[in-house]
Amino acid sequence: MNQMNPEGYVTADGRKIGPVLMEMKNISLRFGGVKAITDISFDIREGEIRAIIGPNGAGKSSMLNVISGFYVPQDGEVWFRGYKRGPMKPYQVARLGIARTFQNIALFDGMSVLDNIMTGRLTLMKSGLFSQAMWWGKAEKEETEHREKVEKIIDFLEIQPIRKTPVGRLPYGLKKRVELARALAAEPKLLLLDEPMAGMNVEEKEDMCRFILDVNDEFGTTIALIEHDMGVVMDLSDRVVVMDYGKKIGDGTPDEVRSNPDVINAYLGVSHD
Amino acid sequence: MFYREAGDFKTSYADDSQTFPIRFDRLRYYAVMAVAFGVIPFFINDYWANAVFVPFLIYAIAALGLNILTGYCGQVSLGTGGFMAVGAYAVYKLMTAFPDVSILIHVLLAGGITAMVGVLFGLPSLRIKGFYLAVATLAAQFFLVWLFNKVPWFYNYSASGQISAPERTILGQAVTGANTTAPAKYLFCLIILVALAWLARNLTRGTVGRKWMAIRDMDIAAEIIGVNPLTTKLSAFAISSFYIGVAGALFFAVYLGAAEVGEAFGIQKSFLILFMIIIGGLGSIFGSFAGAAFMVLMPVLLKNLLVGQLGWATDLAAHLELMIVGALIVIFLIAEPHGMAQLWRLAKEKLRLWPFPH
Repeated sequence: MNQMNPEGYVTADGRKIGPVLMEMKNISLRFGGVKAITDISFDIREGEIRAIIGPNGAGKSSMLNVISGFYVPQDGEVWFRGYKRGPMKPYQVARLGIARTFQNIALFDGMSVLDNIMTGRLTLMKSGLFSQAMWWGKAEKEETEHREKVEKIIDFLEIQPIRKTPVGRLPYGLKKRVELARALAAEPKLLLLDEPMAGMNVEEKEDMCRFILDVNDEFGTTIALIEHDMGVVMDLSDRVVVMDYGKKIGDGTPDEVRSNPDVINAYLGVSHD
Repeated sequence: MFYREAGDFKTSYADDSQTFPIRFDRLRYYAVMAVAFGVIPFFINDYWANAVFVPFLIYAIAALGLNILTGYCGQVSLGTGGFMAVGAYAVYKLMTAFPDVSILIHVLLAGGITAMVGVLFGLPSLRIKGFYLAVATLAAQFFLVWLFNKVPWFYNYSASGQISAPERTILGQAVTGANTTAPAKYLFCLIILVALAWLARNLTRGTVGRKWMAIRDMDIAAEIIGVNPLTTKLSAFAISSFYIGVAGALFFAVYLGAAEVGEAFGIQKSFLILFMIIIGGLGSIFGSFAGAAFMVLMPVLLKNLLVGQLGWATDLAAHLELMIVGALIVIFLIAEPHGMAQLWRLAKEKLRLWPFPH
């Protein structure tokens, strides 16, 4: 189990981790005078579950926004699948195969669960405006094909009974699950989860953990997640990046991170004597 | 008699994404079509055509167009009257410049020209939202009306400043001009409306419609899942303006026959059509029809009731009619903010169990 091996390695529980999928090199992000992120580098390998943790205001969400193209960093490079990524609009990033969920749910409230998840496949649907307008041949066939894929995800996340319900009527936990379904529908190479368990009760958290592990296991999706629940993070993730005040203070397996004195200081405070 | 589904027994996804998944609804739709095409043309007279059917059909086209933009894509527009004027003046210029080309092609071309103008005035929507966009489209309304008033080329230098539709025929039947019969007017508008409604339904149930609704419900999330806001918003503006342009062309050429821009396509037209889609139901094809029917039929009904039945003076009735329609709109919106389409949906939900609620 050599984690430095560029070709990849096999984890203790038998999952294959591939080569580097995404690499952040010396990322710095400023808002005016506020330094949100200072000179952070880390990589995400194919097939792994990578967590980004840190106290409030550490710059975790900013980091995720850099990855998903919302923020363009002032310094640094983002490499994805072996290519350097120039400044891009978020919808272009989505087409590269990066999907995400949001900390405070960003679903389309006026649409049904099914339609919400179908929107996740927009980047994969190719039929043109006129074919759509006529609903002949390609448009209808495509709709059915993608519907089949979406139904698989619906089965997978166990949300069959609500597929025709408008999202606005659903409880919080289910909304989170639908949002995950929408992100999954895009068949992403890299899935970003911004606090997938925020505000959930224990049972919902367990469900969500199970889904995250299953997604990684079954679809082989690489996952980068931000989470505050340490127990969850340490159990789920293969490697963890720890941020504090916009800087990286730790990076490694959960065990390495747990014993890192800087991390302990950031979370528990340090005695000044 | 009113039967609804008791469960989901469909066996293919194509079945599930039909427009009318329930057979009863489908039959009712065929019945309405049969009456509209097979019965009404034989009984329609000038009064019914001019007071009820033709304005309803034309306003339904305009309401469909605005509903695509506002109801589905979430971009508020107060420029509907102006865009209808573009359609009207475009069809007028085309009719007078190319008298030999079919009027149907002219009407569609007028829609195309309006689509281009719509895209132009839709560009600000990439930067501004909500009320601010409404004000920007309001500017379009006033600018377009001013333009058609001030530049004589648009009304072919006619002394009155009006435009009037010359006679044009389809298959030997006059559909514009003074000699048009009521059934011809009615059928011409009906065919265009049915075709456009069918296209609108197809557009809104597929990928394009989902993109629009995604932008409407949460534009940031839409962008993150790969929706290009530029092309999506502009496509909504283009298609919506096409519908409104066609409606404007028909309103002038078939319904009015002669028009003066400020009077026929002023700001009150924009509000009228906005009211239609709000009352009918935003984001619903059926709502566009219901709203147009409500706004066209209500004044006619009230007039018949007040003047015809109760024998009031016409001027008194006309004023009261405005007040009653206004009050009805307010009451309606308080009772059901999501419009008549929502009432219809609720009624269907209720009918699922009625009359045996257990």
